[in-house]
Amino acid sequence: MANEEVVDHGRRRFLTATTAVVGGAGVIAAVVPFIKSWEPSARAKAAGAPVTVDISAIEAGQKVTFAWRSLPVFVVNRTTDQLAQLKGLDPRLLDPSSSDTGQQPKYATNPTRSIKPEWLVVIGLCTHLGCVPDFVPDIKPEPFDANWKGGFFCPCHKSRYDLAGRVFSGVPAPKNLAVPPYHFIDDSHIQIGVDPKEAG
Amino acid sequence: MANAFSRIGDWFNERAPGLMPAYRKHMTEYYAPKNFNLWYYFGSLALLVLVNQIVTGIFLTMNYKTSAAEAFNSVEYIMRDVEWGWLIRYMHSTGASLFFVVVFLHMFRGIMYGSFKKPRELVWILGMLIFLVLMAEAFMGYVLPWGNMSFWGAKVIISLFGTIPFIGSTLVEWIMGDFLPADATLNRFFALHVIALPLVLLLLVVLHLFALHEVGSNNPDGVDVKHGPKGNRWNPEKPIDAIPFHPYYTVKDLFGVGFFITIAAFIIFFAPTFGGWFLEHDNFTPANNLVTPSHIKPSWYFTPFYAILRMIPSFFGTAIWGVIGMFGAILLLALLPWIDKGEVRSVRFRGLGFRIALGVLVFSFLALGMVGAGVTSELIPAWFPGADVTTWENAFGRLMVLGYFGFFVFVWIYTRFGFEKTKPVPERVTMHD
Repeated sequence: MANEEVVDHGRRRFLTATTAVVGGAGVIAAVVPFIKSWEPSARAKAAGAPVTVDISAIEAGQKVTFAWRSLPVFVVNRTTDQLAQLKGLDPRLLDPSSSDTGQQPKYATNPTRSIKPEWLVVIGLCTHLGCVPDFVPDIKPEPFDANWKGGFFCPCHKSRYDLAGRVFSGVPAPKNLAVPPYHFIDDSHIQIGVDPKEAG
Repeated sequence: MANAFSRIGDWFNERAPGLMPAYRKHMTEYYAPKNFNLWYYFGSLALLVLVNQIVTGIFLTMNYKTSAAEAFNSVEYIMRDVEWGWLIRYMHSTGASLFFVVVFLHMFRGIMYGSFKKPRELVWILGMLIFLVLMAEAFMGYVLPWGNMSFWGAKVIISLFGTIPFIGSTLVEWIMGDFLPADATLNRFFALHVIALPLVLLLLVVLHLFALHEVGSNNPDGVDVKHGPKGNRWNPEKPIDAIPFHPYYTVKDLFGVGFFITIAAFIIFFAPTFGGWFLEHDNFTPANNLVTPSHIKPSWYFTPFYAILRMIPSFFGTAIWGVIGMFGAILLLALLPWIDKGEVRSVRFRGLGFRIALGVLVFSFLALGMVGAGVTSELIPAWFPGADVTTWENAFGRLMVLGYFGFFVFVWIYTRFGFEKTKPVPERVTMHD
């Protein structure tokens, strides 16, 4: 065939390869907007503004759930009795001294995991798969733990946390409950979503 | 009249000469072994349910509202106000559960008779892909009514991706399009459920059938009829132990369809929620992002895999091991053609070890389903008052996890190192003439 003689195979391979690379780059670039379209929209992000909540009505031993970024945030007014139990639990916990820095701000890296000892502020989502744990505050034997000192129990996969949101060993959840950024505006109001430093 | 029909036929054959040969290849001249038994109903029944899901699904979209604010009420509207809407919805929800019933039985048939073995590995892999897509399809469909179990089911399943190191939390937000399952999540799940995944599913089903028709069907004896003697009543070239799919197996399958539809109709009319197994009670309350249902559990067909997830604890500060175990349970099934190195296909002629292992696999799978569905956490206190439920449930569940994964380890060792003592495989199917 006459055509055989005029085909430059090197040039053909080069053209095929460059066309494939340019076309491939085009396809990848075209895919980006579709992938980005799945990210939280501007409206969803705007809904994540800080919230100020009134805690004056929360009595000792009570828990109230507030919504911040549509996440449930637990605010617990812990009794001295409950606080006294925390230390004794250390051997049964996975991370008793809150050494995972991702789970709380610096100002909550302390034995009570809070700014003021009695006030616990944590995101009420199990660190296993994100269910809302139940608040089981009473110091009494429970079906899931005969030696219960009060805390949180996740109904989904039975993870347990103490009243500082610290996770027990041997449960599915790998981390302590997260403490969100927050600060006290005055004795009866906290703002969730803003660090004390930023609030200045 | 006959003349008119044949002229229409000729008209098509001239313009699409490939149609009749394709019809013959897949129907009248698809020669299948003649010894199919009850276990061979479930492939065609799966097709039937697929058609049911597509047809009822199309009609459901005509009244369903895709928004977090309206979805729950629109489903109630379908149930109460739309003429026959309740029937269409129950056909769809019952169909979803029955889909998994027939698919599980279909898969068990494949393992039992060695249908996954050479030369049908591709058929098996395509089947496993169908199973994966089907699980995604079922999960997203379950989210659409936006009941409280829909919401929390979505939350838990999406959070599985959050256990992946480094990119996890970004990935979770990307999937949800928000910080929690929300309107954006519902809308994209709807799009995937009604168009993207069904397209993929249909394509895979067609490929599954094409791949099957290339190599031919296996049978309960695991005998290769293609390599046996030739010459049957219809064709001297074709295997003696095979019969044309149409009309023989189309008629057989129709009998199965009649039986199956009777059972399905009974469920649809008399027990559509199936005691909370097909439609969970907690899903009859609207989604609430601040209250988790007290007994959160997935639909029954996910419970064995969910139990594996639950039974594997966290190590090294991450919960990913349970997720790996859960997906590994499916991956190992897909790899079965390369794990099971035994030459003999059918359980009828395989060693005692394989039979026992298969029994252990089925028992562990069912038991894990019970653990995942929360049945064991109710039975333990009822049968053994005073026992520590969590400890005993974990012990039992972990034993069953070992049973499930043990099947694959055992079968590999058993067949790879020649421990299996098989019986002689006959030349022809055991049921002939």
